[in-house]
Amino acid sequence: MDVISFNDVNITLSKRPILSRLSFDIKENRFIGLLGPNGSGKTTLFKTILGLVTPDTGTVSIFGLPAKKGNPIIGYIPQFRTTAYNLRLCGWDYIASAVNGHKFGLPLINAITHQEIAHFINLVQATNLAHRPLSSLSGGERQRLLLAQALIGKPSLLLLDEPLTNLDPGNQQSMISLIREIQQELGITVLLSAHELNPLLPVMDEVLYLGHGQAVLGQVNEVINSAILSKLYGSKIEVVQVNNQIFVMSENINIEHNAHQHGEA
Amino acid sequence: MGKPDLFAYDFMINAFIAGGIVAVMAAIVGFFLVMREQTFAGHALSHIGFAGATGSVLLGASPMSGMILITLCGGATIGALGEKVSGRDVAIGMVLSIALGFGILFLHFYTAYATQINTLLFGNILGVSYSMLWTLASLAIISLTLLSIVSRPLIFVSLQPELAEAKGVSSKFMGIIFLTIVAFATSGCIQIVGVLFVFTLMIGPAAAAQQISTRLLSGISLAVLFALSETWGGLALSYLTNWPSSFWIATLSGSVYLISLTTKYFLNHK
Repeated sequence: MDVISFNDVNITLSKRPILSRLSFDIKENRFIGLLGPNGSGKTTLFKTILGLVTPDTGTVSIFGLPAKKGNPIIGYIPQFRTTAYNLRLCGWDYIASAVNGHKFGLPLINAITHQEIAHFINLVQATNLAHRPLSSLSGGERQRLLLAQALIGKPSLLLLDEPLTNLDPGNQQSMISLIREIQQELGITVLLSAHELNPLLPVMDEVLYLGHGQAVLGQVNEVINSAILSKLYGSKIEVVQVNNQIFVMSENINIEHNAHQHGEA
Repeated sequence: MGKPDLFAYDFMINAFIAGGIVAVMAAIVGFFLVMREQTFAGHALSHIGFAGATGSVLLGASPMSGMILITLCGGATIGALGEKVSGRDVAIGMVLSIALGFGILFLHFYTAYATQINTLLFGNILGVSYSMLWTLASLAIISLTLLSIVSRPLIFVSLQPELAEAKGVSSKFMGIIFLTIVAFATSGCIQIVGVLFVFTLMIGPAAAAQQISTRLLSGISLAVLFALSETWGGLALSYLTNWPSSFWIATLSGSVYLISLTTKYFLNHK
């Protein structure tokens, strides 16, 4: 069964077309890199899968069922904008706040849930971090805790919105291999958006490239080439390969290095 | 030599009970205000409450009823505006100035009741009647019951708004519910420390607790402990010195916050 299936999806936000006639199917047990220029609709795509944005036309199915809000089958790390990271609250309590967070009542946790939280914190090698205040953790350490949180409840699909932003290359690498390890161990599907292609090359099964409201899904060499990217960017794009690194160039300018901005649609 | 025992008078016993009820309520509700970085909204609600209290005196009703009514409306409005007001300190500041202005105007028309202004602005913990005790207890029960019903989604949406939204928790709805809870707590605080000192009971203890504690539940307990000792300590000092209790409560609250900052510094550098 397809994990995510988009069928002729059109989405317009504040009269601006974001995604037009989008169709693709993502198979089970894959690590997919979601790439594309700023404003190409990566975050909107996530929100559509999460049921937070409803398409104008077309259908979105998650494991064969229509996308819906609060889908327990999906684990999610949003692109963070919160100010909670200034708090002295420890990582453990921060993570625990999301468990059953949609239900009314006191924030009490039973022994089974406690064990589950401890299990996933251990799985991301963050046991020593969980009792330190959030304000003292580095970006990479926080991302590891958020990964543990996203895994609680055993989702079959992980959506990770720019988890590598603000991490240095070393931390990017260890975060990515950790995600890959967990993805294979648990046999789940990961859709991870990023600005840069190269850190994902060793782990990606397929790439989903967005541009001009369109998307192309496929192996890296099928998608990252001059013909396909020129179509998605709407201008002449060259793809240069050096030492297993791929550079996407527009008129001799490396596109990715100009894309480290936040706040895309 | 000296004074009779601290608890020799009924009004003193009432003051300790009233202070205790309000301290517990303010500390717990305030903990969430600080965590949500909405302390200024709490400050604004108390000023709006002043206009409600004086307005209702002018109409012949009790100040408490007007205060509760208008802070509830104010809280729901700020909550409904949601993110539109976050970071709008100037706008909130203007609204609370206007509210204070109306409060003064209502008092001007009701000249016969001039002592009212002192009580409202600076509190009157020593003038708590037996029936007021029941009112304060009801306020505490209502606000703390509501808070315990919504506490889990409220914490979730406060700490992780994007994720909570994805899981189907409405941040706007939670915001409205929470600020109505704050409205009840504010009305109780005003009776004890007055409009101008609500910050000392609602924010001071909670902010100090969050400087020290890294856990949610122990943080809330610590905030309650601080608020109780500041209120009761302030009352005792006021009795010994004959200085206003609000002065002592504010001074203790500020001192505890200062000590918490120092403690945090040492915790971070040990």
